[in-house]
Amino acid sequence: MNRLGKFLQIDRRWIFLAILIAVLAPFIWPMGLPIVITKPVQDLYNAVDAIPPNGEPLFISIDYSPSTVPELDPMALAILRHAFSKDIRVAVLTLDPAGYGLAERALEAVAAEFGKERHKDYVFLGFQPGISAVVLGMGINIRNVFPEDAYGTPLSEIPMMEGIRNYDQIPLLITLSGTAVVEAWVIYAHQPYDAQIGAGVTAVMATDYYPFLDTGQLVGMLGGMRGAAEYETLIDRHDAGVRGMDSQSVIHILIIVLIVVGNIAYFGSRKRAPETAGGDAAA
Amino acid sequence: MRRHVPLALCFIAGVFMAIQYFIPHPSVQAWYERLLAWLQTLLAFAFLIGTVSLVRLHAHKIGHKVAGRGYSWVLFVGLGLMVGFGFKGRAPGSPFDFMFQNVQVPIEGTMFSLLAFYIASAAFRAFRARTLEATLLLLAATIVMLGRVPVGDLLHRSIPAATDWILNVPNMASKRGIMIGVGLGMMATALKIMLGIERAWMGGTD
Repeated sequence: MNRLGKFLQIDRRWIFLAILIAVLAPFIWPMGLPIVITKPVQDLYNAVDAIPPNGEPLFISIDYSPSTVPELDPMALAILRHAFSKDIRVAVLTLDPAGYGLAERALEAVAAEFGKERHKDYVFLGFQPGISAVVLGMGINIRNVFPEDAYGTPLSEIPMMEGIRNYDQIPLLITLSGTAVVEAWVIYAHQPYDAQIGAGVTAVMATDYYPFLDTGQLVGMLGGMRGAAEYETLIDRHDAGVRGMDSQSVIHILIIVLIVVGNIAYFGSRKRAPETAGGDAAA
Repeated sequence: MRRHVPLALCFIAGVFMAIQYFIPHPSVQAWYERLLAWLQTLLAFAFLIGTVSLVRLHAHKIGHKVAGRGYSWVLFVGLGLMVGFGFKGRAPGSPFDFMFQNVQVPIEGTMFSLLAFYIASAAFRAFRARTLEATLLLLAATIVMLGRVPVGDLLHRSIPAATDWILNVPNMASKRGIMIGVGLGMMATALKIMLGIERAWMGGTD
């Protein structure tokens, strides 16, 4: 086997080490790369910004589980900060059982940051099982599917929920998810009830939802950590999203370099010794 | 009886859910609301069935001394602890919340993040420009990877624009095709289930 062939057989642990360094280095030496705002993020920001203060609430559905926290938590925090800074009321719910703790933590933390009062400025509706049934049920009457909030207070006794019956009184609902639950909101809330839906999704899921943006079925979308970083830039509050972009930039460059080097080594080794060339080893 | 009653219920419920959309009469809408409430209750039972199935599977592993049964014990300890803590309440600061925020969240986050390491290793070893299609895929992936991070803007302003074009034109065209296909498939499957042609959901294979 020639040198290039041997290079392809490099111990994968060296690659893992390179990735580790590429992730950690920007946290120690931040690069502060500029964030350019894309249209789907700007559209979602504008839709939130257009909600009148102290009026009908923005609904946020925290439909993600802990596995996607690094990408989606910064989105939840940024949107909540934007809403509370504009005195927009917020109602938070979740369709993922593991999303309960995440939603509660994010909501309570940001509400405390802005001195907001539970039931006056925000409400946490908690979790209900049955994605399609809940989304359809909210189109008829929210109280049918969420008769009380997560702490047992009937919705009829919560001042900020007065007059909020169904999607007609919800100016915007944003779902944050790493799964296909976004489609459920589009199919069962936007199509039959004309609810305005925005989304925040993981980077790998973002490509799935571009068709919904084009048709206006989603008013805007945050895609992956980049989306969170853009939203943080728009609200002028840099946090985990922006911090993570430096690492993500370095990682993407490193992966591209690995692809290029791997191809050079592969084709080089084939030209010299086609019978001994590597390159198909399992990852 | 065990076959015909579920099939009849499925047919009636399926037809009702399809036609209620076109009948705004209050009595029909009341039945629709009632069915949605039942559906929610039924789906709640899915969690119970899932838990029972999980317990049975791991109890079988322990009972038959299958290799790796130690992990089943870990599962039972974790499950028992969380259920026990859950009964004591899950307010912020409670033992349940502490375990969720400090064990489950970091573990699941770490599992997902490990993908970056494997993707990098796989990119080096397997992402080869062997054919025209593979080369196009490789180029598109490279442009999208660059265009989705700020460094792409710094390198050249056309990179994010090219990324947007890839996502908005070829990606969207293919996704639409797939989604239309999936939609038609879902409708066909729903019809087959309602008409009793597809019966795998009853537990058999016919």
